[in-house]
Amino acid sequence: MTAFGPDLAEVFGPSQQDGGPELIQLLTPEGERVHHPEFDMDFTEEQLRGFYRDMVMVRRIDTESTALQRHGELGIWAQLLGQEAAQVGAGRALRTQDFVFPTYREHGVAWCRGLDPLKLLGLFRGVDHGDWDPEEYNFGLYTIVIGAQTLHATGYAMGMQRDGAVGTGDPERDSAVIAHFGDGASSQGDVNEAFIFAASYNAPVVFFCQNNQWAISEPIERQTRIPLYQRALGFGFPGVRVDGNDVLATYAVTQAALQRARDGQGPTFVEAYTYRMGAHTTTDDPTRYRLSGDVESWKLKDPIARVEAYLKRNGLADTAFFEEVAGEAADLGARLRDGVKALPDPQPLDIFGNVYAEETDELRQQHDEFAAYLDSFEGSHA
Amino acid sequence: MSDSAQKITLAKGLNMGLRKAMEDDAKVLVMGEDVGKLGGVFRITDGLQKDFGEDRVIDSPLAESGIVGTAVGMAMRGYRPVVEIQFDGFVYPAYDQIVCQVAKIHFRSKGRIKMPMVIRIPFGGGIGAVEHHSESPEAQFAHTPGLKVVACSNPVDGYWMIQQAIACDDPVIFLEPKRQYHADKAELDEGATPAPLFTSRVVRQGQDVTLLAYGPTVKTAMKAAEAASGEGRSLEVIDLRTLSPLDMEPVLASVRRTGRAVVVHEAHVNLGMGAELAARITEQCFYSLEAPVLRVGGFDTPYPASRIEEEWLPDLDRVLDAVDRTLSF
Repeated sequence: MTAFGPDLAEVFGPSQQDGGPELIQLLTPEGERVHHPEFDMDFTEEQLRGFYRDMVMVRRIDTESTALQRHGELGIWAQLLGQEAAQVGAGRALRTQDFVFPTYREHGVAWCRGLDPLKLLGLFRGVDHGDWDPEEYNFGLYTIVIGAQTLHATGYAMGMQRDGAVGTGDPERDSAVIAHFGDGASSQGDVNEAFIFAASYNAPVVFFCQNNQWAISEPIERQTRIPLYQRALGFGFPGVRVDGNDVLATYAVTQAALQRARDGQGPTFVEAYTYRMGAHTTTDDPTRYRLSGDVESWKLKDPIARVEAYLKRNGLADTAFFEEVAGEAADLGARLRDGVKALPDPQPLDIFGNVYAEETDELRQQHDEFAAYLDSFEGSHA
Repeated sequence: MSDSAQKITLAKGLNMGLRKAMEDDAKVLVMGEDVGKLGGVFRITDGLQKDFGEDRVIDSPLAESGIVGTAVGMAMRGYRPVVEIQFDGFVYPAYDQIVCQVAKIHFRSKGRIKMPMVIRIPFGGGIGAVEHHSESPEAQFAHTPGLKVVACSNPVDGYWMIQQAIACDDPVIFLEPKRQYHADKAELDEGATPAPLFTSRVVRQGQDVTLLAYGPTVKTAMKAAEAASGEGRSLEVIDLRTLSPLDMEPVLASVRRTGRAVVVHEAHVNLGMGAELAARITEQCFYSLEAPVLRVGGFDTPYPASRIEEEWLPDLDRVLDAVDRTLSF
């Protein structure tokens, strides 16, 4: 105790590599099922196999896209290797009417929303800024400015409140928003403002932070002196830390947080404690700033291996199942390889489309002048 | 004059326009700092929360990026948020959301997401305020594709333009000359048909020089034209009203007749609206020009302390000086 209250080290304890005692876990890295007093739940065999399948497919999207970047087919790729459980657990906890505000790394959540992964690649190939209809999937466009989407999520949730889509008790109607962001974004003003607005209006939003320990080269210690989830308390809503490499725990915790929101009990902060096994993006070189030993220790906590071990040990899946999933993943990889090359390049005059809902004369004039200019080249045909 | 005519201030015109828009469309929301019980620091939203409730007239936490960022989410959900930035100099914390999100979401989404948002900004000086309360940031927004930027100059336009901006499916930066809020009254006929939003208007006809003004400087330009007429000079005054897109036709038609143009705005001259207007006039009616297009505006300094702000702001004499210079070419 000091004149300013309790010593922070006493309250929070030292930073811990394993996530500390507050880490909510239902499946250990060794594939042992453990129980939790608040967040325990039963999973069907089908659900467990579904999680496994989802994570394998999502990892395939990631490795295939990384390879496509190396082959020059993508300009850049934001890797999610190691974060499959955090994304699939959160993604599968959603109901149809819930709405997702992703970062540019939420490929696993996109998969859970039924979005064709090929649609994600357009942005990274440079043919568009995102070519899916957010209303069709209730999955927003990727937002590249760090943390900006957390405010959009909060505003969208405030809209749900005004639509009477919160706290009615009707499971088909009650809705929530999930805002994805990372540990780096937690330092952004927008994220902190989103917390304040969400708390002030009791908005139905889950702030889902994948703490993958790295913001490009900057470790989590550069963003925070206390465990991130503890910050929520200061904003006036609960925060929890879940093992982000444990798909079962992530699912259980996210589902509970979403239900709180749908019931009208307001925002929750979920810190999914995980690790970015790959680079920030394909332009990054993590060997310049982190030790390979750290990466090796996190390999032992692989999100897919623990589910595989659990399924096998308990006889919940046979060889045929694993072969079938591997085959599906291979097919998906082949489809992405072929599909990405077939994505049509935008045409020069497409530049002028959709700047405004109500087009202006001056922009139409620029369009026409550029069209005439293009036409002026010998052999051109508009 | 119809029976419904009444004399109103700009503040009243905006208030009535907001009220009408909220009555006409239940999706219209008002959000900002102190817009509820207080009615805004300038009382533009006076009485709206009492009549439309706290869900539609939302007092926000004191965070401009938060106001605009949450309004983006509301617009995505199908609402038409009208946000109030309390003073021009406080829009910058929201600059990222406005420029990177509000302006780009329709384009980014290939037109799938509309962003029908109005960002109201009281702008300009002359009220004896402390720093950050007297600025003219319009060029920064007019420079940003995806935004539309308008400035009202009088009570009647205030009433109509705010409704038209709210009805527009694109984001509109709506600039209000705060110095005029409670100044002159004008006759409003609610039964009249307003001009389209993105149009400029000749507010005084003349033959010798074209004055181009918007927002607070329309009044300055009108005074200058009045004074010049006493010296036998006939000045035409155009209230631009829309800054992005620009409505060049009335401007070009006027300059083709007068051969001379002076742009008057409070904003810094360097890279301001005057620079764009001068360039377009030069490109589009070069052979009609008798003199270079001149600009009268704030000096390229930060806004000064209020006891000398009248020296910084373009006034009648500086406009007439520019008129003299353009006529002496």
